[in-house]
Amino acid sequence: MIGTMPNALSGRTQHIEVHKFHAGSIIGVTILALLIQAFLPVYFPRTHLLDLPLVITIYFAFSRRNPSTGLLLGMTIGLIQDSLSRSPVGLFGISKTLVGYLASSLGARIDVENPVSRFGLTILFFLVHHAAFVIIQRVLLSQPAPIFTVALWVGAFINAVIAVALFPLLDKLRLPN
Amino acid sequence: MLAVPTRHRSLALLALAVLGQTLLLAYQIKRDSHVRLIRVWSVDSITPLERMGIWCIAKVHDTFSGYFALVHTRRDNAALQGEIDQLRMRNAQLEGDAAEARRLETLIGFHDIHADVPILAARVIAANADSASRVVFINRGLREGIHRDMAVVTPDGVVGKIWEVFQNTAQVELLTDDRSGVGSLLATSRAQGVVKGTGEASPILYYIGNEENVAPGDQVLTSGEDQIFPKDFPVGTVTEVKPALKGSPFRQIRIKPAARLDRLEEVIVLLTRQEINTRASEPAPSGKSTAKVPAGNPHP
Repeated sequence: MIGTMPNALSGRTQHIEVHKFHAGSIIGVTILALLIQAFLPVYFPRTHLLDLPLVITIYFAFSRRNPSTGLLLGMTIGLIQDSLSRSPVGLFGISKTLVGYLASSLGARIDVENPVSRFGLTILFFLVHHAAFVIIQRVLLSQPAPIFTVALWVGAFINAVIAVALFPLLDKLRLPN
Repeated sequence: MLAVPTRHRSLALLALAVLGQTLLLAYQIKRDSHVRLIRVWSVDSITPLERMGIWCIAKVHDTFSGYFALVHTRRDNAALQGEIDQLRMRNAQLEGDAAEARRLETLIGFHDIHADVPILAARVIAANADSASRVVFINRGLREGIHRDMAVVTPDGVVGKIWEVFQNTAQVELLTDDRSGVGSLLATSRAQGVVKGTGEASPILYYIGNEENVAPGDQVLTSGEDQIFPKDFPVGTVTEVKPALKGSPFRQIRIKPAARLDRLEEVIVLLTRQEINTRASEPAPSGKSTAKVPAGNPHP
């Protein structure tokens, strides 16, 4: 189902598409992403560069195009990821809250259905997520954290490629018009 | 009532969410707390699915190696297909069993040598959910008597320590995690230091003075000073020695962990901190390890 909502960011009466999903899709996909994120490094150690929960956050934020929904989804995914990791609870939560908010705000303004824009925006939000993560680590936790590394750029590229391949599959979970 | 524009509502919600989580972080830092309740909920919800996933992967793997890999052979020789299918399926199954038996034999050997040390075999069921930390989940928890800060090893060497315990699972902080530290010493000179993780594959041995004679290949053992790991257990091997930085009295020594931390499947949890007699740690004769079974099958 494609609903419409006023474009709150521009303040104009322009209407934008809001995609809805089959019941349970968002929860199911999120749990699956967290499970795969936990499984893959056991069998393939190099897959730690993947951040599937982030890719899922970006996708649903793009589709829902509602900043409140986007940030709440990002916060929930981030907090679950925190609680399954060694990190203090809130580290991923804040980073993904920001990404959820920004992605849904941007999704309401520009075309996010195009593979090229999806690729570029995933790289952008991967970097935003990393920047927020590093700032929190350095400022709030006083922990040393590298800012720019080769692994960061490789990770951004890999996650963007995964996003371009994964988003069309997730599009199939949308309710028909 | 005053109407709040949608944009301001979502901005207010964002500020509230960030502020709430910042306070949560501050609380954890101030109280040195791990917000256990949230972690318990998440882990209790996710780990049963992870166990199911591991089971499914094993089944799919068995099916693939035992059947689909034989499709090509079936085409080549239709007459012998049935026999070949059966033999290869059995062969794949036996190879899997043999590999598992070899791993279990190593665990049994460890238990035979350290019969007086209460240990528990466990299986790694998941890795960390983020790239920033080096932790794994094992399929043992409070029910099996596991507690925080218990040592986790393989017969090859130190793996890490228990960081968080749940009802049926536990989280192990690996030696390579950037927050880990193991009291260690050099096997040759007995000079003591601390092996700290870096978040990468090679941890660093700190606090070894410039006057110490260290070379790549030297063995690093546990010192027992941390009250977690038993004394003289293998930690790793020195791979790189750099002179001290200007003004520092200590060398920079990088080590390679003795345990294969990137290929962990089964591990041993030491349920005590009593010292292990590592002089008896030479490989056990194969015949000796048939009598005893390690404390617990890693696949319950």
